[in-house]
Amino acid sequence: MLKSLFHSQIALGFAQAAIASVLALLVILLARRRNIHLESDTAVALLRGIVQIVVVGSLLVLLLKAPRWSSVFLLAGMIIAAGSISAKRAQNIPGARKVSTYSIAAGAGLVTAVMTWAGVIDTAITSLIPVGSMIIANAMNTNGLALNRFRSEVLAHAGEIETALALGAAPEKTIASYTEASIHSSLIPAIDNLRSLGIVWIPGLMTGMLLSGADPLYAAIYQFVVIAMILASSGLTSLLSTMMIRAYVFSPAEQLVLRESA
Amino acid sequence: MNTAPGEVVLRTEHLGRRVGEKWIVQDISLEIYRGELFGLVGPSGSGKSSLLRLLNRLDEPTSGTVFLEDQDYRQIAPQELRRRVGMVTQRPFLFPGDVAANLRFGPAQRGATLPDSEIASLLERVGLPSFAARNVPNLSGGEQQRVSLARALANRPEILLLDEPTSALDEHAKSGIEELVRNLVSANGYTFVLVTHDRGQARRVCDRVALIEAGRLVRQGTPAEVLDA
Repeated sequence: MLKSLFHSQIALGFAQAAIASVLALLVILLARRRNIHLESDTAVALLRGIVQIVVVGSLLVLLLKAPRWSSVFLLAGMIIAAGSISAKRAQNIPGARKVSTYSIAAGAGLVTAVMTWAGVIDTAITSLIPVGSMIIANAMNTNGLALNRFRSEVLAHAGEIETALALGAAPEKTIASYTEASIHSSLIPAIDNLRSLGIVWIPGLMTGMLLSGADPLYAAIYQFVVIAMILASSGLTSLLSTMMIRAYVFSPAEQLVLRESA
Repeated sequence: MNTAPGEVVLRTEHLGRRVGEKWIVQDISLEIYRGELFGLVGPSGSGKSSLLRLLNRLDEPTSGTVFLEDQDYRQIAPQELRRRVGMVTQRPFLFPGDVAANLRFGPAQRGATLPDSEIASLLERVGLPSFAARNVPNLSGGEQQRVSLARALANRPEILLLDEPTSALDEHAKSGIEELVRNLVSANGYTFVLVTHDRGQARRVCDRVALIEAGRLVRQGTPAEVLDA
């Protein structure tokens, strides 16, 4: 129906975005009837999302003509933004932004670099940016989930942690089980994506490859490669962030500083 | 009860802690003698539990310091300090598993294994003989608190801090713990610091007490001198 109304592809895109947003807002209104208030968060996220993706789309148009090395700067910018966004899930933990940025940089950066070096990811901007951004975005989500769960676990078990400290336990020992639970739960989406690949969902990248005329079998295998890379970078990010955040949860004198009132 | 001052085990010097703009503990100087049961008494929110948390450095003092056997406790590694200055909290926070595993936890932190004979002896001392294999969720509140006490004693601390250990217990369990704590000090020579808001409890079990109000030390001496003044 929309295609007959709009002749410009850009205008069609905005109309499609508007309909998708209205659908999302309807669900939010439905949630509101059950006293679940997501209105402001969702409205801001939708607005931010469309503005950001339009800006990136415009940048990509310019970058298509830019030298290949310039994608490194764009990916670095994405990592900084991802660190800042996922740190918000770890509210009250000082240093969460720094930890998130370093962890995503190491996790997503290392996997992207190794796979680019090995020739799995093409160095062309049109390949490196979309695949790199998928890896960074998933590392960001995993990091946010890990820190959010870690924070909740530590706050909920402050008594147990301080009891163990009072018995002479080392700080890392007192939070070992909570760290493990945080890493495990943060990786559930990435593991489930891998498990359900091809059965429950066919990711967009594969669809794009098929549309652009790639061999369907190669497109399918490459999709597995991308999801496996996402699992590797997410796992590394989660391991690093939960390890580094420890330095901000305990003081140098081994006191628990992350508390409900903090 | 022990009234004769002996050797000083722990001494605080102008100890204070500020949270934000508020001093929750201010300028407290105390001496705790070996083999005594010293009470920190005061109304709820007076800062006595906050003071206790400074004694094993679970919180950092803003001013002053603590000396453990004449050594500034900032010079002692935190894990070693907390082994020497044990703590029992209001809620026991027992670890999942059986009673014996809880008692082994402290010594295991420094690579030591608590022998079964010592587990039996500690459990005997806290009135829970043959409880070693019991699973902790099946214990009553009073029994859990006794296990918590035995777990802290398994570390062989020089001094043990007790933060309102009976506040979550019924009258029967409370008097049992009071009697146990008193006996452990009188018969076994332990040194305890007990935080309580219950003046009656302080009179019943303590050798000396300090009255804390609004984070400050008001008076210290025998329970009669301090609480009946």
